[in-house]
Amino acid sequence: MLETLFNQFRDFIGQPWPWYVAGPLLAFVMFILLYFGHEFGISENFRLMCAADGADSMNEFFKIDWRAGEWNLLVALGAVFGGYLASHYFLGSQNDLAHISEATVNSLNNIGIKVHQGTVPLIPEFISWKGLLSWQGFIMIAGGGFMVGFGARYAGGCTSGHAISGLSALQLPSLIAVAGFFMGGLMVTYFIIPFLFK
Amino acid sequence: MKMSRYILIGILLGFILYKSEAVSWFRIYEMFRFQSFHMYGIIGSAVVSGIFIVQLIKRRHLKSAEGKEIVIKDKIRTYPRYLIGGFIFGIGWALAGACPAPMFILLGAGNTVFFVYLVFAMTGTFVYGILRKKIPH
Repeated sequence: MLETLFNQFRDFIGQPWPWYVAGPLLAFVMFILLYFGHEFGISENFRLMCAADGADSMNEFFKIDWRAGEWNLLVALGAVFGGYLASHYFLGSQNDLAHISEATVNSLNNIGIKVHQGTVPLIPEFISWKGLLSWQGFIMIAGGGFMVGFGARYAGGCTSGHAISGLSALQLPSLIAVAGFFMGGLMVTYFIIPFLFK
Repeated sequence: MKMSRYILIGILLGFILYKSEAVSWFRIYEMFRFQSFHMYGIIGSAVVSGIFIVQLIKRRHLKSAEGKEIVIKDKIRTYPRYLIGGFIFGIGWALAGACPAPMFILLGAGNTVFFVYLVFAMTGTFVYGILRKKIPH
């Protein structure tokens, strides 16, 4: 009885979540953090980790009490656990698939990324340790990480801090930051990625 | 324990972004090609719900768990840093197909190569800290 209930619950959670479930839940995460006195912003953790690793003695930007950001580091740690749980116990019948549109599948095939509708994984094979050994993979993983870390602090926030928290609070700077995210992302998607897979 | 709540919030965040496929490189590519409503639906409905929540907090003067009024700080009103910083962030987002939260989630899901992303993201943050006074804000 209890087992059936648990299995039903697991199958329910294991379905792909539609956008209208994910979006409001993200706002709920933001609200819960505000209720506990904190602002949702994941990229701040990179700064905290730098400070905790000794950068505080090298540069004043990192002279922060990283222990005051412990809550945020724990959210990031929780996200690691969440990723583990979701991917190991709540995959559902759909497995690890990305249900992208037919148009996207065609676009990918056109630029030389071979995928088939219905078997598209969440993470492409070039985002892997093996992929990292090619210069293209290195640019995407290491270069991408560097740009994200640099750009997020420069802009004062990432997707959670600007696109969700900032826009929710009707902050014009966040709208500008999001416009910047899209300018960078569009440039890469239309010009750099096709070049990488040529 | 007081701190365990943050781990729970993080777990919820992990489930949301993993199960909605927002952690997927392909979903980010699809978003920047404007070929599906999915990612816009996630961000859009998060923002619409978020605006409602923030207005409720401000108008009703809602109190936090500690009994203090919840204040949401205004972002500093300059423009170059948001535009240039955002542009650089967007480049990284589209290349790696993951912003900071999905990176942590994917690490947990077993995509250990994101450890390299994490180290480089910390390096990027560190370089920003060094160059901060020399670049326009």
